[in-house]
Amino acid sequence: MSATTVTDLTSTTRDGIGASPLRPDGTLKVTGEFAYSSDMWMEDMLWGATLRSPHPHAEILAIDITEALKVPGVEAVLTHEDVPGRKRYGLEFEDQPVLAYGKVRYKGEPVAIVAADHPETARRAMERIRVDYRVLEPITDSRRAALDPHCPLVHEPGSIPDHPEYNQRGNRLRHQPIRTGDFTQGDPDAALEALRARADVIVADEYEVGMQDQAFLGPESGMAVPAEDGGVDLYVATQWIHVDQRQIAPALDLPQDKVRVTLAGVGGAFGAREDLSMQIHACMLALHTGKPVKIVYNREESFYGHVHRHPAKMRYEHGALADGTLLYATAEVIVDGGAYASATPAVVGVASSLGLGPYEIPHARVDAYGVYTNNPPCGAMRGFGAVQACFAYESQMDRLARELGMHPVDLRIKNSMSQGSRIITGQEVDMPLPMAEMLARAKDLPLPPDRDTLPDPADLRTLPGGVAGTTHGEGVVRGIGYGVGLKNLCFSEGFDDYSTARVRLEVVNGEPVALVHTAAAEVGQGLVTVKGQIARTELGVEKVVIAPSDTNVGSAGSSSASRQTYMTGGAVRTACLAVREEVYALARERGHVPAALDEEDLTLTGGKIVSRTLGALVSLTDLLADGTVVEQTREYHHRPTEMLDPTLGQGASHTQFGMCVHRAVVDVDVELGLVKVIALDAVQDVGKIMHPLQLIGQIQGGSTQGLGLALMEEIQVGDGQIRNPSFTDYLIPTILDTPPMRIEVLEHPDPHSPYGVRGAGEPPTLSSTPAVVAAVRAATGKALTHAPVRPEDIVGITL
Amino acid sequence: MRFLSPSTLQEALEAKAEHPDAVPITGGTDVMVELNFDKRRPDTLLDLTRIAELSRWETTDDGGTRLGAAVPYSRIITELSAPAPGLAKASRTVASPQIRNRGTVGGNLGGASPAGDALPPLLATDAVIELASTRGTRRVKARDYFLSFRTTARRDDELITAIRLPAPTGPQHFAKIGTRNAMVIAVTSFALALNTEERTVGTGIGSAGPTPLRAEAAEDFLAQEIDWDAPGPLPEATVRRFGELVAAAARPIDDQRGSAAYRRHALSVMARRTLTWSITDYRKEAAPCA
Repeated sequence: MSATTVTDLTSTTRDGIGASPLRPDGTLKVTGEFAYSSDMWMEDMLWGATLRSPHPHAEILAIDITEALKVPGVEAVLTHEDVPGRKRYGLEFEDQPVLAYGKVRYKGEPVAIVAADHPETARRAMERIRVDYRVLEPITDSRRAALDPHCPLVHEPGSIPDHPEYNQRGNRLRHQPIRTGDFTQGDPDAALEALRARADVIVADEYEVGMQDQAFLGPESGMAVPAEDGGVDLYVATQWIHVDQRQIAPALDLPQDKVRVTLAGVGGAFGAREDLSMQIHACMLALHTGKPVKIVYNREESFYGHVHRHPAKMRYEHGALADGTLLYATAEVIVDGGAYASATPAVVGVASSLGLGPYEIPHARVDAYGVYTNNPPCGAMRGFGAVQACFAYESQMDRLARELGMHPVDLRIKNSMSQGSRIITGQEVDMPLPMAEMLARAKDLPLPPDRDTLPDPADLRTLPGGVAGTTHGEGVVRGIGYGVGLKNLCFSEGFDDYSTARVRLEVVNGEPVALVHTAAAEVGQGLVTVKGQIARTELGVEKVVIAPSDTNVGSAGSSSASRQTYMTGGAVRTACLAVREEVYALARERGHVPAALDEEDLTLTGGKIVSRTLGALVSLTDLLADGTVVEQTREYHHRPTEMLDPTLGQGASHTQFGMCVHRAVVDVDVELGLVKVIALDAVQDVGKIMHPLQLIGQIQGGSTQGLGLALMEEIQVGDGQIRNPSFTDYLIPTILDTPPMRIEVLEHPDPHSPYGVRGAGEPPTLSSTPAVVAAVRAATGKALTHAPVRPEDIVGITL
Repeated sequence: MRFLSPSTLQEALEAKAEHPDAVPITGGTDVMVELNFDKRRPDTLLDLTRIAELSRWETTDDGGTRLGAAVPYSRIITELSAPAPGLAKASRTVASPQIRNRGTVGGNLGGASPAGDALPPLLATDAVIELASTRGTRRVKARDYFLSFRTTARRDDELITAIRLPAPTGPQHFAKIGTRNAMVIAVTSFALALNTEERTVGTGIGSAGPTPLRAEAAEDFLAQEIDWDAPGPLPEATVRRFGELVAAAARPIDDQRGSAAYRRHALSVMARRTLTWSITDYRKEAAPCA
């Protein structure tokens, strides 16, 4: 008999790993019955509201709440003076005031909070709060903030936590240099000149990526309920309930265990819920009034109430030999963190280490800067740091291919990394990376039919502009473009983002049932389904109950960095294995398993303990009939990673790498600058497909979010003010902007991860943007160095 | 907030006379957005959805169409493509299917946003707006209706009851720029209508000025250039000149939806293209008679 592995049980348990069971919340969401965090309601609850700064930069001279308190129905008006504990919080740096004091540093910064019996009452009370400001000049130019030593400071010296490893200076909250090859010694300028002299072709340009919004549909919302023990129960839509708890408790001056957080229905996240929004405010109001307090942001407020994708200004130079071999590259990447740090240091860590992408480059010089300005705070968004850099390095690869007369795919294959390659931080890619194969596959995918072979080439719905009727084919030119990106998966740089799972097996109503309890946030990505699949496969039961995510179990880490299937999936699996071992031991103890029978001979399948040699030994229903409950809690840790050193940027900082390749086909109305994406095809390696349907959804969604960044999604900021804080003017792709997608999924397992999985959510967001922009360049011949591409850029109007 | 819901037009007119500041509401696609965004807090809402005659259209004695102010865009698309081709094409570009099921031309005229998709075709086709009050009903040309930014010839006690669309005598086209392929507010838009009986040209420009605009110099120029007896392809210089004159009539600004320079550029391109399509259509229609 051949050796079998645990995962071979998949075929015998319905809806286990590799199947596509439907989401438990799917039908509810489609029919509008799902309870989102904004739907919560309690009999005696109050409504909270937030007064925000109208100025991007101002001194607060005085706050007068007297008139606001007189409004009938108002139960509390609180300012920074009422913060019970620590006055600042933050994901990485404790630099963000719970409520502004001394100064406001961005437009929309919370200044005061109100609780009232009706949202309208709260609104009226806010109008009566008088805040005297002395308006200051906002610092809005991120390049100046990064490089000009005379730039005024956003934060007073000494007020920001000191992190020498981040090379802080002035408004720089992190500068990460990376040096390899000839850039590691001697005069760096002389090294660059010598490399330039050796290169046959040099391409250099400046690129910009605009401030993208996560554009989740469910606004920030939650309810805080005061508890009899002096603590508070918070129900909130978030991405990591334990890190919320860790930040909330000190601000309230409560021990951690007095702040109990339960995940409420989340309407999308994409990174925007990693930071706190209304959490501390709702808890303060609830503790102050002794009543439940609900806060729901409206759409405009939501644009001010969460962090966005960092806009980036990037200068790149690549030198290559005549045969296409890359010789050197330099990059300066400046990401604008806005008023508070949020995830900026981590974004810099990614933008630097992955700043040149998945290419073998012997001599590299990268400088990535994250800076404070008075612009809206920026933080986590799907693919952070890597998305911005990918647009720049892929644009450079296309330019280089054109200069060399090579096909863009051939140039990429020539310089492609593979397993065993080292990225510019010296870290080895010690897992499969079939980049050359993926690129070749993408190139060979069938192309969509030419316009003139369509059944009706004049069908407006197939043309740029659609039924708006701007063209019947005039000015329409087709273009094809490629993109590939390298993304770190799980947390990096020494962070132990472990996950915890509790799994309980018992018999309920004559049937074995597994209960899976984690604190992991289901944000729409489908972890809720995957947890059940793992439990079914590992425990051989059909019925799995997923407990609500809360702080009654250990941390699961964040639902971000494409990490939950890896980490919480790993924790659920580990806990299941522990439960299984205990079940076997129990069966032996109770005489169901012959003493001589080896553990290797046993499986849990179909609700029974089955011996490969003897057949079924005992059903779980019988074994646990006396009410025995088998419960195990386990933590799962990925292998440790290292900080990058602050001088040369070397170190194995990442846990895992993911890759996606895109090919985009576009039709561009070159006279009007309008674009219709005809096809957006992808090849991605995910290691192991856990849930085929959800996986395809992730790749389609990531591709579409990247398409949005390529063509339309930008929060326009001028003088620190957002000009388009609405879904009327912040445009995201509709179904008519979203083309059919051919998706090829490869499964080269990562030997270090559970089941060989690789995080799948982020990689498509990287490669889609440069592929679409490259296709528009191919159609128009324009340089197009700004993402998103605007109609003005295509028709040649300078903005 | 007071909510009045009359069941007859007479009751509605009386209510409007009594509450001249009442905001009429039918589809609510504009009014409700303003309420929800706290942009506006009217004391009185005047619900017109129960007045059946506002939701009807009919053919008039002169062959034109009298369109009730509350007929939604989705019905204009399916029922009025032949008698009101320009307006039907514009209706297709309005927002999303849900909004088209609710939104009305009356609402577009009431709000009088320069970005109202239905408005340029009303200018181009020389439509007439019926304004009713307890004092009677008067007719105002769309071309005289828009006075300044969101200010119109409608008096406070008047309700918009119908739009009279002349029977088309020639091609009508509409084109609208948006930075995505559906559900988008116009960056700018353009409507063109040829009146082959009167041998005149009508134009309408959206989202490129404080009100919907006409390009009168372009209309006059083109009316002279077209050989109305034997229409042939126009010289490229004529087409280009028409585009320039349309762009010159616009008074656009830079805003979050696009730059003034782009709006002018796009108008000239749309003017050239809609003209070329119109002449092609016109020649096809004229051919059998020739």
